Amino acid sequence: MQALVLLLIGAAVLRASAGDLYLRYVKPGLRPLLVLGGVLLVVTAAMSLWHDLRSRTDDGAPGGHAHTHGSRVAWLLIAPVLGILLIAPPALGSYAATHDGSVVQVPTVLRPLPAGDPVHLRISDYAGRAAYAHGAGLTGHLIRLTGFVYTDGQGRPYLARMVLTCCAADAGPVKVGLGGQLPAGLTPDTWVEVTGRYDPTTRTDAINGAVIPYLDVTAVRRIATPHDTYE
Amino acid sequence: MLRHHGVPTQSGDQGDMRLPDAVLIVPGGPTDRDHGAVAEPADDPSVTYVEPAGRPDDLHRHPPDSPWGLMTAEAAISAARQDATTRRRPDSLWLLTVAFLAVVLVQTLLPGVLAARWLQTWMTIFLSVLIQAMPFLVLGVLLSAAIAVFVPAGFFARALPGHPALAVPVAGIAGVVLPGCECASVPVAGALVRRGVSPGAAIAFLLASPAVNPVVLAATAVAFQGNPRMVVARTVASLVTACAMGWLWLRLGRPEWIRLPPRPELAGGSRSVAFWAACRHDLTHAGGLLVVGACAAATLNVAVPRHWLQTLGHSPLIGVLALAAMAVVLSICSEADAFVAASLREFSLTARLAFLVVGPMVDLKLFAMQAGTFGRGFANRFAPATFGLALVVAVVTGAVLL
Repeated sequence: MQALVLLLIGAAVLRASAGDLYLRYVKPGLRPLLVLGGVLLVVTAAMSLWHDLRSRTDDGAPGGHAHTHGSRVAWLLIAPVLGILLIAPPALGSYAATHDGSVVQVPTVLRPLPAGDPVHLRISDYAGRAAYAHGAGLTGHLIRLTGFVYTDGQGRPYLARMVLTCCAADAGPVKVGLGGQLPAGLTPDTWVEVTGRYDPTTRTDAINGAVIPYLDVTAVRRIATPHDTYE
Repeated sequence: MLRHHGVPTQSGDQGDMRLPDAVLIVPGGPTDRDHGAVAEPADDPSVTYVEPAGRPDDLHRHPPDSPWGLMTAEAAISAARQDATTRRRPDSLWLLTVAFLAVVLVQTLLPGVLAARWLQTWMTIFLSVLIQAMPFLVLGVLLSAAIAVFVPAGFFARALPGHPALAVPVAGIAGVVLPGCECASVPVAGALVRRGVSPGAAIAFLLASPAVNPVVLAATAVAFQGNPRMVVARTVASLVTACAMGWLWLRLGRPEWIRLPPRPELAGGSRSVAFWAACRHDLTHAGGLLVVGACAAATLNVAVPRHWLQTLGHSPLIGVLALAAMAVVLSICSEADAFVAASLREFSLTARLAFLVVGPMVDLKLFAMQAGTFGRGFANRFAPATFGLALVVAVVTGAVLL
């Protein structure tokens, strides 16, 4: 039965890495390793099933006893199988953003803004420049950011995106406060594309003391949840 | 042959997935698997029986899996064969079906339960720790099975310096060759001990390899671009801690603390059979324990308010302790921890160094895996000692280098 558990977890890993599902949990770059790991799990399951069947037919060969080993703990692996195949929880969103401090980084190099009007920026790029470089290069440009909406305890609206290094366990939010007029009905976890101008207002993140910069919003457009929600 | 105590309770829902007390402890029990001594649990008054709730089917039909499980090979084979042919299979399939049905039922009948945001966040973090660790676990297990099956027994004794005290630093530096994270190093260290490497040297390898390998050091260099000394400090502090723990084992360690689970499949039979049996065993065993660790990490990630830890960063001493504790709790992969450390800007560099040194050596998922691989008696002593030593070494290194 251990072989069956391995087969299932291997299939679950392959299922997650076959589509976009794995992007909810880990970085895109991990995909080759996930496929390799899934294949090796399936191969291990197949090889041990084969050895089991063979040892059962010659009755007396060693190996037939091994399949009961450690299987009490092995059953725990069914939990992630169920989680991936049946539940597939969504990527981290507003809950994680409200419970963790902004991980905005001080920009090390200030590259010129990309071309375009409005300028498409990652939230972490905008937040870094606006919070720690006095909006370097941002003034005078129309900026467009993509992220999900959440509100803090006082009902103030923010735009955020989770930043991943490796997997969702190490994710932290980058937050930008939304100033100006916002359309009604922006519930938490709504994905939007906001357009606006640099706003020198800042706020201190109550959780970790990081600086949360603001964007003076001129337009908001709802969008579908992107395939890779992380930055 | 085995007696069970306690009343079997009703099984069949997802509650059955909780940790069924994976490793029971037999203090002072026989440890030499090669002699295959039979430890009859009923004769030993020091045996602690822990009856896991809700898993009646596994407990008393599982002779080879039992903690004292050093039974004769014949007994294990006959018991398991009977086991397999009679009751085991239908029960397992039944359990599996029930588990699937339970999830589907909850999803359709009570959609609100699974849609709670905290629960979804918990599940996402739980799955992400597992998915992220799985490829590294698989590769580590394949490597350890190859060591256990294909490397001749005397090889490591010849390759490492004869004097145990010298073998420790050599094994620690050898950790550089395993460019994985800590999930891979636990089964490999277990295989090294089985292959006759002295536990002190295996410990140095176990502790050093997740922290000093090139992938992790490169990640650290990228994360701490402004402080290149962090890479040096991390390497030095991790190697020093790993070697010190190895030497400490040589001085204070007792062989009976390490209880390697019996592995009859490694003896006899063709190499191919032994290799795949070892892979299957290690994957299900270490994988199951990884599930336990991921559960703990996800729970604390969701349950402990982050600002509690953050407010501690203001005092230098408490900051070091807080980040070391956070490293244990978060159980982040060593390939990612540098980026997390870099983002914790309220804390001193020394505190962040402590985070980077402690994390790959002691954390919740590692504790579960070490307890499963070496026995809980070992893990209970090893983890606190490593934590304390890593903390001291990190503080001293930080004071000198940062």
